[in-house]
Amino acid sequence: MQYDLVAVLVFMVVGVALLAFILALSRLLQPRDPNPAKLTTYECGEQPVGPAWIQFNIRFYVMALVFVIFDVEVVFLFPWAVVFQKLGLFAFVEMMVFLGILLVGLAYVWRNGDIEWVKPLPGPAALEDEKGAR
Amino acid sequence: MNQIGFVLLSVLAVGSALSVILQRNPVMSALSLVVTIFSLALAFLSLGSSFVAVVQVIVYAGAVMVLFVFVIMLLDLGRREPFKLTGVGRKILGIAAVAAFLFQISASLSAVGVMGARPPEPLPPGYGTALAIGRSVFTDYVYPFEAASVLLLAAMVGALILAKRRI
Repeated sequence: MQYDLVAVLVFMVVGVALLAFILALSRLLQPRDPNPAKLTTYECGEQPVGPAWIQFNIRFYVMALVFVIFDVEVVFLFPWAVVFQKLGLFAFVEMMVFLGILLVGLAYVWRNGDIEWVKPLPGPAALEDEKGAR
Repeated sequence: MNQIGFVLLSVLAVGSALSVILQRNPVMSALSLVVTIFSLALAFLSLGSSFVAVVQVIVYAGAVMVLFVFVIMLLDLGRREPFKLTGVGRKILGIAAVAAFLFQISASLSAVGVMGARPPEPLPPGYGTALAIGRSVFTDYVYPFEAASVLLLAAMVGALILAKRRI
């Protein structure tokens, strides 16, 4: 199916033009009287503490990695949902196998404690070894 | 009209891609990459692949960009001095990479025969929709589809093991 991009183009042009108009208007109308208190970063009325550039917790990265994989999985659910009524049980079994294989990944992540926010430093397997040794 | 749109989108895509590599601030590079991805999604849409366009936004502009921004924040790149890409060795490497890239593109284009090619056949109705893709994935391409789940599983476990080596 071919789509006409005219509507998208009109949207883009109108959006950019409206933004430029509003910014130009506020530049024309605004009084400019800066002082140090006005120029501070707004943090919900609090005094700003430290810079915005902080080092994130590395667990965000692991979360994002897992999220990418399950995002790709969800993408396959959309065409499946569309053809589901036509293909019936076969498509259902197929998708369940697909989800089942990826659930192994979720189980792996869960077992390793990667989705626990506060996690013990050694993995659960190491803890169990420790218990066995005692 | 669609051709004008395609040209505009291409200009937007190339311009924002240039911005990705020319920005000094990595967060600005990431934002430029989002613009590139969106313009590519619209280009896919103009070529009739609505599903691919939406997937482009969901997966790349969504998940992959989240990962990129987390990596930027994680490595604390904002306060670093920008990388200095000077030196003879790097220039030679860069020129070689550009030459290889141009050779690849010209080889692909001449293989397809873009110059004086016949106009493409009109697309069948419903081409590129989620319905058409679902029908072919769940009937003709069942085994590749299931193999894809194993590939995703291997990718996830492998990436986690590589990531945790550093944690």
